Amino acid sequence: MSARRRHPLAPYAVVLSGLLLTGIGYTVVTAVGDASAAQAKITQSAQVAEGRTIFLEECATCHGDFAQGTPNVAPSLIGVGAAAVNFQVSTGRMPAKEPGAENDRKPPSLNAEQIRAVAAYIESLGGGPTVPTASQVSQAGANVGFGQQLFVADCAQCHNFDGAGGALTYGKFAPPLTKSTPTQIFEAMLTGPEAMPVFNNTTITPKEKRDIIAYVVQTREEPNPGGFSLGRVGPVTEGLVVFLGLLLAMVFAAMWITAKHRKTPNE
Amino acid sequence: MSDSTPEEPAPQEELPDRPHRVIGTPSPAESRLLLAETAPGSTAGLPVVKPRELPANPQDMDDAKRAEKIVAACFIIAMLAGLGFIASYFIFQVHSVTGVLHSNLALGSCLGLTMLFLGIGTVVWVRRIMPHVEITEMRHPMRSDPEAREAFADTFNEGADASQFVKRPILRRTLIAATVPVAIAPIVLLRDLGPLPGTSLDHTVWRKGLRLLNYGANTPIRPADFSSPGGMITVVPDGYQNNFDALAKAACIIIKFAPGQVVYTDHDYSVDGFTVKNWTVDNIVCYSKICTHVGCPAALYEETTHHILCPCHQSTFDATRGAKVLFGPASRPLPQLPMTVDADGYLVARSDFTEPVGPSFWERGNSS
Amino acid sequence: MSIDKALSGTGSWLDDRFHGARGVRTLFRKIFPDHWTFMLGEIALYSFVILLLSGTFLALFFKPSMTDVIYHGSYMRLDGVHMSEAYASTLNISFDVRGGLLMRQIHHWAADLFVAAILAHMLRIFFTGAYRKPREINWLIGLVLFTLALLEGLFGYSLPDDLLSGAGLRITQGVLQSIPIVGTYLSFFLFGGQYPGTDIIPRMYILHVLLIPGLFLALIGAHLFIMFHQKHTQMPGKGHTNENVVGAPMYPYFMAKTGAFFFFTFAVVALAATFAQINPIWLYGPYNPLAISAGSQPDFYMGFLEGALRIMPAWQWVVFGHTFPFNVFIPALVPLGLIMTAAGLWPFLEQWITGDKSEHHVNQRPRNAPTRTGLGIAAVSFYGVLWLEGSNDVLADHFDVPLYTITWIARFAVFLVPIFAYIITKRICLGLQRKDLHLMQHGVETGIIRQLPSGEFIEETRPLSDEELAVIDRPVPLALPAGEGSTSADVPPPDRRGGLGRVKARLNELVQESVPVDGHSGGYGNGHAQNGHGATADEDHAAIGSGSAATDDEA
Repeated sequence: MSARRRHPLAPYAVVLSGLLLTGIGYTVVTAVGDASAAQAKITQSAQVAEGRTIFLEECATCHGDFAQGTPNVAPSLIGVGAAAVNFQVSTGRMPAKEPGAENDRKPPSLNAEQIRAVAAYIESLGGGPTVPTASQVSQAGANVGFGQQLFVADCAQCHNFDGAGGALTYGKFAPPLTKSTPTQIFEAMLTGPEAMPVFNNTTITPKEKRDIIAYVVQTREEPNPGGFSLGRVGPVTEGLVVFLGLLLAMVFAAMWITAKHRKTPNE
Repeated sequence: MSDSTPEEPAPQEELPDRPHRVIGTPSPAESRLLLAETAPGSTAGLPVVKPRELPANPQDMDDAKRAEKIVAACFIIAMLAGLGFIASYFIFQVHSVTGVLHSNLALGSCLGLTMLFLGIGTVVWVRRIMPHVEITEMRHPMRSDPEAREAFADTFNEGADASQFVKRPILRRTLIAATVPVAIAPIVLLRDLGPLPGTSLDHTVWRKGLRLLNYGANTPIRPADFSSPGGMITVVPDGYQNNFDALAKAACIIIKFAPGQVVYTDHDYSVDGFTVKNWTVDNIVCYSKICTHVGCPAALYEETTHHILCPCHQSTFDATRGAKVLFGPASRPLPQLPMTVDADGYLVARSDFTEPVGPSFWERGNSS
Repeated sequence: MSIDKALSGTGSWLDDRFHGARGVRTLFRKIFPDHWTFMLGEIALYSFVILLLSGTFLALFFKPSMTDVIYHGSYMRLDGVHMSEAYASTLNISFDVRGGLLMRQIHHWAADLFVAAILAHMLRIFFTGAYRKPREINWLIGLVLFTLALLEGLFGYSLPDDLLSGAGLRITQGVLQSIPIVGTYLSFFLFGGQYPGTDIIPRMYILHVLLIPGLFLALIGAHLFIMFHQKHTQMPGKGHTNENVVGAPMYPYFMAKTGAFFFFTFAVVALAATFAQINPIWLYGPYNPLAISAGSQPDFYMGFLEGALRIMPAWQWVVFGHTFPFNVFIPALVPLGLIMTAAGLWPFLEQWITGDKSEHHVNQRPRNAPTRTGLGIAAVSFYGVLWLEGSNDVLADHFDVPLYTITWIARFAVFLVPIFAYIITKRICLGLQRKDLHLMQHGVETGIIRQLPSGEFIEETRPLSDEELAVIDRPVPLALPAGEGSTSADVPPPDRRGGLGRVKARLNELVQESVPVDGHSGGYGNGHAQNGHGATADEDHAAIGSGSAATDDEA
């Protein structure tokens, strides 16, 4: 019998198997760790998965399969956050009907559950602002007067004192705020959709956002004590009413007063 | 006669051949007669009735009777509406938006109805109850007759002679000299309406070390808090947040850009079409909010195009290029405020603007 | 009987002191001609009365002060907000004074109606030639009244110190400041220093409630007195000549009609104030120089100035350290200056061109003065384009047109539209004149169809009745009167020689261009005026075509 000689590759095999064992062991350990913590996360990832499915169906054609965006067509959604998704989809602006100057509000094509899913998916891609909580948008205890001050300084120049909206350049416009929910207003300020600037939570704090929302909501819900509002557009419609309503009525009165005397049968 | 009224020529004794007023087609008749109840100077024993200019009764009495009912009804509605107005004043209280709405509706409709039916009633009265007439009145030419003009000229000249105004130039000239200062005095009295502008339009309250405050909450700003690209907010100088005179020139906006969006110049002074890099902090740029056209706040910021639009007259400025004018009536870019951070990390001004802000004026050259 | 006695007792008491019997009787018997267009000025007059009444009410509650206060009134949405006393007192009137909002709205609607009525009245006067001798001074007084009305309205709606009118005030200040040499001084004197200061509201207040209304009362009084004294013009009609006035007397007819019209004016304004909200300052919020709203416009009568400011390209000169901001003071001064100067000079210019120095008391139908009507419509369309541009952001938003596109279109339209308007209007007038001539020559269609023995169908026509003819009929265009020193038709009289004289002759041809009435066929303005065919002012009838009904076989 010859002396037991080690195979020349034996050390390498040892190292390799050691590495392999370590690697597999590590994976198993961390996987097990993930799995235990993931009990609570299972619904979340299910939501994210559902969101991904919907995203691929409704959004990927423009925004790309991984939300990276398409140049000159649609921006990247990585980092925009759930708030942006919730705003855009719940107002029906997204999915966009066509890439145009600006997207109008229209009836949303996804329901609330689906919107939450897509939002969760996008949030998972790169983080970003989250959907505000109910208390963040509630109007209880809001300071409407302070909201007025902020609104006229930073919002009215585009949206008009009443939230009636206004014209921007090249066919863009600041939309009217008549139909926006408090959550949507919060999200719009936070994410700065399309041409709107971004008012993050350190520039306009959540409390200040609440005050602004209270101002917008109370203004649009307020009755018009003076009569029909004429659209709350201002002196332009008032001028039209003067000519086509008041002056015209006076002209008719004058025509009646000076109409020729028609002889009656008895004369 | 000198006291004849200006409205009609002298009584007929003086101008016998001028027909004065006739009914229907012009006729040379001298007197106004509609219905001469009796021929003048005829049958003795009958009372002479005075001739009338206007008929006493309408031509169609039956229609007038019907109309009378309509008019009476209108006036009664007007009266009721008027009473309604008075009652509404006491019934409807204000002090709330809905209260004012109801009060306005009630008071306004009552007032409107009163006036409307007063008007309708009166018109029906005139048209159907008053007899219809068409009368012709002769005009006289505006130009006075030569005798009157001559008489006036005589009176005027005689008075001028009697006043000695023309004959004594010393009197005339000294009178004018006496009244000229009195005429100027009221204009002089207006001097204290306001101070002279001096150089006040060239400066704002911004100075070195003055903090920028986020308007509303009036809190100072750290660049880290204003870090979202596409952000914009109104800022005011610390200590002046309620001073409208200061704000009318010193109000600004800060805008946060992503890296690479702004076209910078490294000069320490403003260059047309460029943003001064030394005056920015971390791609945060500060521009005057006061439009250089006529002074409205130019506050509309389009995040996607980086345009600042003034809503008054649509002057448009490119925020990435020193607020250079792109469209509209403004002829100068929005001045850029030099900024830096202070020891606590808050945004402060380096100095005042390097040119006057707001609308152009005569004394303003191209830059300060 | 006792009413009679009371009246005669009072009348006697007054006459004992004022010698009024003859004068008041003349006034009572004064004849007022009837046409609905004559009532447009009354709309303005009665709106003014309503403004005085409602304004007095408002003045009892309004505080013209810019002192900063914190609001704690009934309008909860602005509770705790800093605002000027002026704004707070306006909120108080609107929400804490019964009838306050109604009075505010009546006042504002009446103000808008006042200016609209002045515009309508002014246009009526212009288009019917009622400004001609002897009424030129009244025309000028009217122009001054129009300008005062614009100022009064501007100051009035700026008094509440709200965000919308405050923006307008800022623009006013910027415009003032831009005037060369004196601009900054004017601005500092008006505002008592830097903008906004604390003086402007109290100063505007006294202008608005005392000085300008005083001027109004004086000028309106003069305007009416002159109209009374010269007697009102009348429309062409049967029996209406330049030497008479046909209508009904002041007492009781005109008094009743004008009284009814006052009630109607008040009713229309009151009903508007009830059902149509105007100037809701509580929605605009108090003024702040760093705040602005999209869709900020002034009241409609200032809209054309706003449009001029928006339309102007960014032209500015800086010469030797001084700035000429053309982009601001041209739009502020030129459109209004142009229209007012042209309007003020027009009666005299027309007199010079036509050589017409006679009195005119019969109005002209607009079609019978095609050049004048065309010019008037051109002026209206110039004003209109600027007015539309003033609301360009509202138009852009509501009609989905890009913002800059509207401004670019307006920049060309402001020159091209008046030119086209003039040409088209003039052609329309001449066409209408031709239609009138046709009626005069061939009669009116009766709608009765007859069949001739030959089988052909014709429509019967009847000649115009006297009334119809009187309305259509118009004087033959005037020739420039033959000047002295004119010996033959080939040598023009002295005032038509030389450059200016030739211009005058050409302008005369242009201004008097009309379809000839005397039946000459082919062309118009073919030198009738110059050849002296034209009649003098006395001849006011022309030959009428025969137009016999039975045999006329033209439609």
